[in-house]
Amino acid sequence: MKQKKVRVLIAKPGLDGHDRGAKVVARFLQENGYEVIYTGLHQSPEQIVNAALQEAVDAIGISVLSGSHNYVFPEVMKLLKERGMGDVVVFGGGTIPEEDIPPLLATGVKALFRPGTPLEEVLEFMKENVG
Amino acid sequence: MNYVEEALRGNQLAGARLIRLLEEGDPQGIEHLKALYPHTGRAFILGMTGPPGAGKSTLVDRIITELRRRDLKVGVVAVDPSSPFSGGAILGDRVRMQRHATDPGVFVRSMATRGHLGGLSRATGEAVLVLDAMGYDVILIETVGVGQDEVEIVDMAHTTAVVCLPGMGDDIQAMKAGILEIGDLFIVNKADRPGADEVVKQLQVMLEMRTAHDQDAWRPPVLKTVAVRNEGIAEVVDAFYTHRDHQERTGILAERKAKRQMHFFRELVKEMAAERIFGVAEGTDHYARMLVDLTARRLDPYTAAETLLDQTLGGGDPR
Ligand code: B12
Ligand SMILES: Nc1nc2c(ncn2[C@@H]2O[C@H](COP(=O)(O)OP(=O)(O)OP(=O)(O)O)[C@@H](O)[C@H]2O)c(=O)[nH]1
Ligand SMILES: [Mg+2]
Repeated sequence: MKQKKVRVLIAKPGLDGHDRGAKVVARFLQENGYEVIYTGLHQSPEQIVNAALQEAVDAIGISVLSGSHNYVFPEVMKLLKERGMGDVVVFGGGTIPEEDIPPLLATGVKALFRPGTPLEEVLEFMKENVG
Repeated sequence: MNYVEEALRGNQLAGARLIRLLEEGDPQGIEHLKALYPHTGRAFILGMTGPPGAGKSTLVDRIITELRRRDLKVGVVAVDPSSPFSGGAILGDRVRMQRHATDPGVFVRSMATRGHLGGLSRATGEAVLVLDAMGYDVILIETVGVGQDEVEIVDMAHTTAVVCLPGMGDDIQAMKAGILEIGDLFIVNKADRPGADEVVKQLQVMLEMRTAHDQDAWRPPVLKTVAVRNEGIAEVVDAFYTHRDHQERTGILAERKAKRQMHFFRELVKEMAAERIFGVAEGTDHYARMLVDLTARRLDPYTAAETLLDQTLGGGDPR
């Protein structure tokens, strides 16, 4: 009996307490048939990557509204490569200034969604890049 | 990656990906599991069940810490329900356990029920086998928040704890037929709230009735905890081991293990049989006609099922 489901980790890094966006996205993905593992607040990149590893997820979505995106995303990308998890899709969102996005995408992050993004766009991205 | 070799060496990535294969019903996963099987049967398997929000995950988190203090490696399988509408799920048990994410002696895997009833997911048993083979000394299974009938955990765990709450007096009366009977120990969590002692007493009275007639019977202890403040946790872990010792001494552990094995086997046969039978039937004209007749209520489902079985397994007279 084949039961293929897409598994996604939604993570909140660092001291950032803004969890509304992460929860909205998690709920939305659940409603669209995804299995979402939520990490809760205050996660280090190491914790995020280890959780993704143990949960064998297809993708990691990181929500950053604290300004720490330029540290968190590259660190997660680096750890994933070290652990042999280069095939895991990384995406995210939050208050990330427009000009910071291209360099982050260059590290291998697949997409970043800024405040006000319609959730349908996230779904489109998921279908195209994750499954 | 050689899943079997790597999993046996404790490689978490290999173990995680293997569990994923098994969860998806990939036949390759089963081949790997066969190879791992001789290395299973060593772990102490604990079940944690109880109503939604009772504090199961918080307790598991604290119990992990206590077991780690005792130098034991811990695997966790935490089950949450899938949405019957979307098929998706939010698996939130892990939130309470994330502090252990950087400890290589701990492995936490969340699972969605994916329509499986009974409080677990179809592949929970397989995930437990993988963790067992990987060398985790203790494997904790957290069920979905249960009502009454989700008691599949007893077939899986060696020792099962039922988590209760202060103020659920009437509920405990209602519970007695269902999960009250499966507890090897009872935890009254959130004992920082009023009403904990009443629930303890009520449970004790009801458990007394259950075990009064038998001298050797295990008398399930009722323990108070405040999981958020780490109170009463060492006592819970001690009670797990006291129960295990009792089960070993009385031979009940071996009996339970055998029963569990039988249960697992029977479930497998059921699942594989259904898969084969439908696999053979689907696409045949006869089966298509059968479905049409069923839908039109010209054929009753009992006769239909009998006919299908007779045809695929032989023996019967195919009308
Ligand atoms: C609500 C809010 C709060 C609430 C948070 C409640 C909560 N539990 O979430 C409270 C009042 C607690 C709060 C506190 C603070 N806040 Co505040 N807060 C906001 C506010 C007004 C809205 C955020 C929000 O919830 N939006 C609604 C959600 C649904 O939108 P969202 O998170 O942006 O998510 C969308 C997208 O970004 C994207 N997305 C987000 N995450 C993800 C993840 C994935 C995987 C994907 C695909 C998409 C995605 O999709 C979502 C849907 O479109 C913003 C201003 C703003 N315009 O963003 C400031 C803001 C984020 N806060 C700010 C600040 C400074 C603070 C405080 C430090 C203030 C203080 N001095 O105390 C504290 C810090 C608290 C902490 N510990 O982190 C700043 C952050 C500046 C920065 N980035 O450097 C902002 C930008 C305000 C500002 N302009 O200064 N805040
Ligand atoms: N006051 C108090 N709150 C507690 C205690 N233990 C857990 N909680 C809180 O109870 C809530 C639910 O705890 P969980 O551990 O998620 O409960 P659960 O039984 O795993 O929940 P489900 O998996 O959803 O069924 C959380 O907000 C905890 O912080 C306790 O001892 N005292
Ligand atoms: Mg829980």
